[in-house]
Amino acid sequence: MTGQAYAGRPNQLLRNLHSKIASIPMILTAVVIFLGGTLWTVFYSFTNSKLLPRLSFVGLDQYERLWAAPRWLMSIQNLAIYGFFSLIFSLVIGFVLAALMDQKIRFENTFRTIFLYPFALSFIVTGLVWQWVLNPEFGVQSVVRSLGWTSFTFDPLYNQSIVIYGILIAALWQGTGLVMCLMLAGLRGIDEDIWKASRVDGIPMWKTYLFIIIPMMRAVFITTLVIIASGIVRVYDLVVAQTSGGPGIASEVPAKYVYDYMFQAQNLGQGFAASTMMLITVAIIIVPWAYLEFGGRKRG
Amino acid sequence: MKLRLLAAALAATVVLPLSVASATDLEVTHWWTSGGEAAAVAELAKAFDATGNHWVDGAIAGSGGTARPIMISRITGGDPMGATQFNHGRQAEELVEAGLMRDLTDVATRENWKDIVKPSSLLDSCTIEGKIYCAPVNIHSWQWLWLSNAAFKQAGVEVPKNWDEFVAAAPALEKAGIIPLAVGGQPWQSAGAFDVLMVAIAGKDVFNKVFGEKDAEVAAGPDIAKVFKAADDARKMSKGSNVQDWNQATNLVITGKAGGQIMGDWAQGEFQVAGQKAGTDYTCLPGLGVNEIISTGGDAFYFPLLKDEEKSKAQEVLASTLLDPKTQVAFNLKKGSLPVRGDVDLDTANDCMKKGLEILAKGNVIQGTDQLLSADSQKQKEDLFSEFFANPSMTPEDAQKRFTDIIASAD
Repeated sequence: MTGQAYAGRPNQLLRNLHSKIASIPMILTAVVIFLGGTLWTVFYSFTNSKLLPRLSFVGLDQYERLWAAPRWLMSIQNLAIYGFFSLIFSLVIGFVLAALMDQKIRFENTFRTIFLYPFALSFIVTGLVWQWVLNPEFGVQSVVRSLGWTSFTFDPLYNQSIVIYGILIAALWQGTGLVMCLMLAGLRGIDEDIWKASRVDGIPMWKTYLFIIIPMMRAVFITTLVIIASGIVRVYDLVVAQTSGGPGIASEVPAKYVYDYMFQAQNLGQGFAASTMMLITVAIIIVPWAYLEFGGRKRG
Repeated sequence: MKLRLLAAALAATVVLPLSVASATDLEVTHWWTSGGEAAAVAELAKAFDATGNHWVDGAIAGSGGTARPIMISRITGGDPMGATQFNHGRQAEELVEAGLMRDLTDVATRENWKDIVKPSSLLDSCTIEGKIYCAPVNIHSWQWLWLSNAAFKQAGVEVPKNWDEFVAAAPALEKAGIIPLAVGGQPWQSAGAFDVLMVAIAGKDVFNKVFGEKDAEVAAGPDIAKVFKAADDARKMSKGSNVQDWNQATNLVITGKAGGQIMGDWAQGEFQVAGQKAGTDYTCLPGLGVNEIISTGGDAFYFPLLKDEEKSKAQEVLASTLLDPKTQVAFNLKKGSLPVRGDVDLDTANDCMKKGLEILAKGNVIQGTDQLLSADSQKQKEDLFSEFFANPSMTPEDAQKRFTDIIASAD
C-alpha cells in the first residue's frame, strides 16, 4: 500500500492490468513447470518406476535404499565439504580482491577483466582445463619435477582423499571473479563521505571495512550468497568433466547420482527419491533463512 | 555431437516432405566411436547404402553409459531415430513393453533368423512374449585377457599363459616400470573385469547361480570369496593406470606401458588399427587362460516404431542387411567380434578370433550379465566395483558383503 489518495477505492485486481497480463506466461511457467514438476517428482518417488514412470507404490522403499547406498552417503559428504569451503573461500577471496581493486589502482579494468574471464567459460571447459593442469603427467606436478624437485607429488584428481579439493580449486578459479564483481559494485555503492568520516575519526582501514562497510553491504552479500549456494547444490558438470566421479566414487555428488540412476540405471523412482532429498536439503537451509529475512521485516 | 544430431534431424525434416522415392534416409544411432569401432560401423553403412538407401550416422561419443540415456530420451520423447544400437538383453526391455519398438517377427520369419542365428540365446534375448524386437549383429565376449608381448620381454619374463602366471609376473613388470594391469576409470570396466574373474575362477555354474538365479547364498559363499581375492590382486596390479576410457587403457597395452588388460574382444579392433599382430605383438587368453568360456552378449539393433511408411520399409531393409552373410563378415572382422551366424566363412580371421570361434563351436558359452541383470542392478554393481578398485582400504570381505546385498535385491 503506497497510500495514494484516490477518490474511489480502485479494484486491487485491476490495478496495473497490463503488467499483470504480461506476467501470466511467467506465472504459468512457474506454477506448472516448477511447482507442478516438483510435486510430480516427489509423488513418483514413492513408486517403483523403472525406465518409464508408473503408478505402483512402494512407500518409502526408495528412500531406504537411498540412505543405505554408500555412493549417496559419499555424495552428501562431498557436497558438504565442497559447499562449506566453496562458500567461505569465494566470499573471502572475492571480497579481498574487490577491496584491493577499490584502492584506485591503475589498470583496474584490465585486472577486472582478467579476474572475471574464467566466469565466461562453461564448467565443462573449466573442468577439462583443470583436469590437465592437475594431471600428474602433464600438469603442475611434472612442471615442478622438471624444475628439480623430483619427489614432488601433487595429484589431487587421482587421490581419493583429496579429490574433492581438486574440484574445489577449479570451481573457485571459475567463480570468484563474479563474486569479486558483485562485491566491487557493492563497494562502489558506499558513500564516499563514510570513508572521509572514518578517516577523520582515525579508524584504521581494516576496521572500517569490517565494522562499517561490510554491514552496509548486507544486501550485496545476500545476493552473492544465494548465487553461490545455488551453484553449490547443482554442481554436476564440473565433476563430470574433471573426474566423472572418480577415482572410484570419491568425487560423486548428489546431482550426478540423480542423473545416473534416472537414466543409466533406468530407475526413475530411485532418481526421484534422490532429487527429493536434494530439494529437502535446500528447503531446510532456505526456509528458516527466508523466515528470518522476510518474516522479520514485516514486524519491524 | 549434438550439432550433428541436430543437423541430421534438420536434414530429415527437409527430406520428408519431398519424399524421395528410392533413397530413404535412416538415422542410426550407436556408440561406436573408437578407431576400430568406427571402421566397423563404416562397413554397415556401406552395405546399407548399397541397397539404395542412405545411412545417416548418429554416433554418440562417450560409450554406452552416456549414449543410452540420449537414445532412450529421444525414443520416449517422441523423436525416434530410424534404428539404434543397444546391448541386447534387458536395456530396451521397458521400451518394448511400452510399445515404442517395432516388431520384427515378419522379417525374422521371412529370413529364417531362428535357424541361422547361432547361438540361439542371442535371438532369445531379442524375443519378448514370442515376438522378435531386435536384430543381433555380433557376439561380444568379455572374457579375454590381452597381453603386451613387448612389455613382458622388457621385464624379462615369459608371456603368461593364464591368470595365475600373470599375477606371479606382476612384480617383475612393476620393477621394469610397467603397470601390470590396465584398468580404465569408467565404472563398467571394473565391474566387467570382476565378472570375467568370476567365470575364470569360480566357473560357469557359480556364475549362473549368482547372476542367473540371483542366489545370495552362493554370492556370500567361499567360491565368490576366492573371486574377490583375485579382484584384490587385480586391484593391486592396476595401481597407477590413470586413464578413463577403455581404449586409452588398451592403448597402454599396445604401447607396452601396461602388461595386460581384462577387456572384451572389442579391444581387438584397437590392436588391429594399431597394426599389431596376434601372437607376435600381443597375446590373447580367452577365459583368462583358466576356464575357456565366453559370454555371448553383444550388440543388436532395435527399430523404434515409426509412422513414416518409407522409413518403416527402410528399417526392414536395414534389418536384413545387418544379418546378411557378407555384412556379417566385413563388420565383424573390423570390429574384432564374432558373427551371429554359424554359416559364414571367417578365413581371414586372426588367431584370437579363431580361438573365439572354436570355443563358440564347442558350446562353452554363458549369457552376458547385460542379459541376466537389469540396468539398475548393473549400475549398483558398477558403483561397488569402481569404489573397490579405487579404494585400497576397502577389504574384499566388505566388498563381498555389499555384493551379496546387491544380488539379494537384484531383479
